[in-house]
Amino acid sequence: MMIKLTGGTVYDPAAGIDGKKQDIYIQDGRIVKKPAKDVPIDKEYDLKGKVVMSGAIDMHTHIGGGKGNIARTLLPEDHRQDPVARTECTRSGCGHAMPSTFVTGYRYAEMGYTAGFEPAVLPVNARQAHMEMGDIPILDKGGYVMLGSDDYLLRMLTAKKDQKAVNDYVAWTINAAKAIGVKVVNPGGINAFKFNQRKLDLDEQNSHYGVTPRQILQTLATAVKELGVSHPLHVHGCNLGVPGNMETTLNTIEGIGGLPLHLTHIQFHSYGTEGDFKFSSGAAQIAEAVNKHKNITIDVGQILFGQTVTASGDNMRQHANHKHASPNKWVTMDIECDAGCGVVPFKYRDQNFVNALQWAIGLETFLLVDDPWRIFLTTDHPNGAPFTSYPHLIRLLMDKSFRNDMLATIHPEAQKMTTLGSIDREYTLNEIAIMTRAGAAKLIGLHDRGGLSPGNWADITVYTENADREKMFEKPDYVFKDGDLVVRDGKVIATKWGTTHVVKPDFDPSVEKGLKDYFDRYLTMKLGNFKISDDEITEDGRGSITAHPLKRLA
Amino acid sequence: MTEITEVPSPFCGIGTDDLSVQVDGLALKVTANGCAVNTPAFEQAITDTRPRVDGKEVSLDVAAKKAAVLLKDTKLPVIGGCATDVNGMRALLALADRSGAVVDNMNFSAARNNLLALQDSGWMNTTLAEVKNRCDLLLVVGTDLEAFAPRFFERYIWNPDAMFVDDTANRQVIYLGKAPSGTASTSPNGRAAKVLTCNDAELPEVIAVLRALVKGRPLQADSVGGIAVAELQMIADQLKAARYSVVTWAAGALGFRQAELTVQTLSEMIKELNTTTRCSGLPLGGREGDQTANQVCGWTTGYPARTRFSRGYPEYDPYLNDANALIDSGEADALVWVHAFNAKAVPPIDHMPTIVIGRSGMAFAKEPDVFIPVGTPGIDHAGHAYRMDNVVAIRLKKLRDSGLPSTADALNAIENALREMTV
Repeated sequence: MMIKLTGGTVYDPAAGIDGKKQDIYIQDGRIVKKPAKDVPIDKEYDLKGKVVMSGAIDMHTHIGGGKGNIARTLLPEDHRQDPVARTECTRSGCGHAMPSTFVTGYRYAEMGYTAGFEPAVLPVNARQAHMEMGDIPILDKGGYVMLGSDDYLLRMLTAKKDQKAVNDYVAWTINAAKAIGVKVVNPGGINAFKFNQRKLDLDEQNSHYGVTPRQILQTLATAVKELGVSHPLHVHGCNLGVPGNMETTLNTIEGIGGLPLHLTHIQFHSYGTEGDFKFSSGAAQIAEAVNKHKNITIDVGQILFGQTVTASGDNMRQHANHKHASPNKWVTMDIECDAGCGVVPFKYRDQNFVNALQWAIGLETFLLVDDPWRIFLTTDHPNGAPFTSYPHLIRLLMDKSFRNDMLATIHPEAQKMTTLGSIDREYTLNEIAIMTRAGAAKLIGLHDRGGLSPGNWADITVYTENADREKMFEKPDYVFKDGDLVVRDGKVIATKWGTTHVVKPDFDPSVEKGLKDYFDRYLTMKLGNFKISDDEITEDGRGSITAHPLKRLA
Repeated sequence: MTEITEVPSPFCGIGTDDLSVQVDGLALKVTANGCAVNTPAFEQAITDTRPRVDGKEVSLDVAAKKAAVLLKDTKLPVIGGCATDVNGMRALLALADRSGAVVDNMNFSAARNNLLALQDSGWMNTTLAEVKNRCDLLLVVGTDLEAFAPRFFERYIWNPDAMFVDDTANRQVIYLGKAPSGTASTSPNGRAAKVLTCNDAELPEVIAVLRALVKGRPLQADSVGGIAVAELQMIADQLKAARYSVVTWAAGALGFRQAELTVQTLSEMIKELNTTTRCSGLPLGGREGDQTANQVCGWTTGYPARTRFSRGYPEYDPYLNDANALIDSGEADALVWVHAFNAKAVPPIDHMPTIVIGRSGMAFAKEPDVFIPVGTPGIDHAGHAYRMDNVVAIRLKKLRDSGLPSTADALNAIENALREMTV
């Protein structure tokens, strides 16, 4: 079947196309070159006056894994505000802060997204992450596996094992957990909390292991680079939410010595201590450091006002923040000598000074970082806000007068503490397409997604041009997933199943000797039962695995 | 004859995965690391191999069509039991969504003691590997732990090696409420657990006093529930002095009204202990798929497994959606009973159209309208089950080739038949 999308205005930064009228052809799920004249067009869509981009990719969104399900169980009253009925082609569920899996897939697709990546896959909980993501329709998915507070790595560091040994362990874990990247959360801090430490600065030692967060970052960032994994080490830094933590963040950037590093939800790590409330914006300094260091990428973790729930692996910081829980209930867990998690419901209020300034800090960050290929649009769903708020966020970035109108409504002291009103920048459609498509695909290493040139999978979103960017982005005319029309006029009309993206770095099989002994002595599962097999993802006939190439090492 | 090693069990809830099972045709024998819970569950023979409609053997296709006919014009079908693997729960929820059914896990009223506490105030919990390596004081509340999980102590308390405990034999074990039924809690060097017993009905008061003592509140009473306050003060002091204490209970063992308030009191006490040291809860459960039911229902609907679809979208109510109550009141007009683990777990009634998706070997007082014997996850087919600590899903193995359909096969067949009938 040959499909033709005719006359749309195409934004395809992956191919350097910025708002050019051109036709797109789709065959067997992929974008193809213009066919010969005698090839019949089976279906044609007239896209004159429409904006065409590839399907959007959320490179950091908590859509699979145990903490999300704890968040769901914790908040029946939130679900009751947003029941979702079944239709002819969709399943029932619930929405708002932490939607059910099916509704997650539908609502992402209805905003033009065709892929989402779970950033906090605990190795021991990876099965659950994949099973939940296996129940998310339409979207492609993948996960970054969490290391850095696991006792195995910390024992290796204490025993001064060499980098090669660490690389083998990291590669083995990526394969065992079926991941496409590696994340570290509060490096070593989740572990330190189990020894009753309540904070861990960049150069502070774990009381049992004597290892510092800086060592962990250096070791893991090196491992990821040397293994050829495209996505740089994904870092949720030390001291999340702590006033003054921008110094830690700047120190992390400066101290990594040029190694590729992705600093996630950087808004939560960009706080100073100035002003009457001893809480100020560090966005300008952070943005300056990001602009200067080309090895650094970031996503923002924008907060938006309203009820949500924060779900994080960082149980040390989540425990410290539990007094802000709204409603007042919260969960933390220590998990399997592997990691932990903390779930704290939050209500961000525009008349709360701190929340209002957090909002401004995120926007300042977006607007002060020059290179849209190195910054990504996230709310750290659901931690800063549910992903369904993306169209609103895009409008804030693209529409200065709208932004300033909103700024005028927040806590007056916060207005005084932000430079936001003086920033004139408005994101262009091309920059939005970079942040949410081409840049994300490049960062994760998806070699045939995020672009519209022939050979790419036909994940395509079509919008109607509208000066109100929120309206434009919340209701695409069409969304195609692998060439199939799944959304029309902002509603799912057909569903299908996306693939699971992974990388499979090599490792020395002898790494399992030490691991087997460790599993037998200290863990609660046999090594052979720990590793996830391909058929666990594919056996129900819906899932599939797509392995992406590694970077060639110089 | 073959022997399969490192076999995980879905029956005991504590994720034992070191069993050896000898397979001889369809006969299984646990040859290593069995226990009173797991061994009989693995070794039970297959008797029924063919689906039945009105007692007569039929094909799966015919049985599924009959089930769909029974479900087609119902007002409020109930899907009870809900004891199966992850794929079985996925199929169960798809059928419930299509048929507008109420889904209710058979152990929900027990799990509710935990869920209500969780949904009201939350908790700080831990998992089995943390217990194995970090726990220096185990407080067992209101539960005969070794009867619940016979190998708990062997695997997680008296393990020879622990990363952060110098000598595991020095771990302290305290029972509060019920006494242990055996000696599994006695340390390898012969030290018996400390045991302070009271009646179930008095446990809430005892726990409330313990929490007050942890908080340093003044108390006038000398004893509570027959236990000297001085003894409870010692426990409070030990909890405060411990580096990583663990408080465990089985929600189903707290057999008194409003037990969720006791779970909440314990959970709040644990939070308070964490202002100065570390202490974690460890709710016991996860046997025969109850944790699996709540997990899969959780991500599919947002709610635990006592949820109805009768208005086209999921609605959770931990009381009103009780299958037994709906059956007793006459609101329910058909029952689908799903239990792939336990042939003794038969449906609770026989006076309405009944479809049983059950483990081979179920003996019914009255033959159900439709009976589809299914394979047991972890024996007849591969699958996934959740452990008691909720984080770890274990990969269940296929041990033999019985030809029995899985729960998912059977329920998908019914859903497909129902779809064909209603389009």
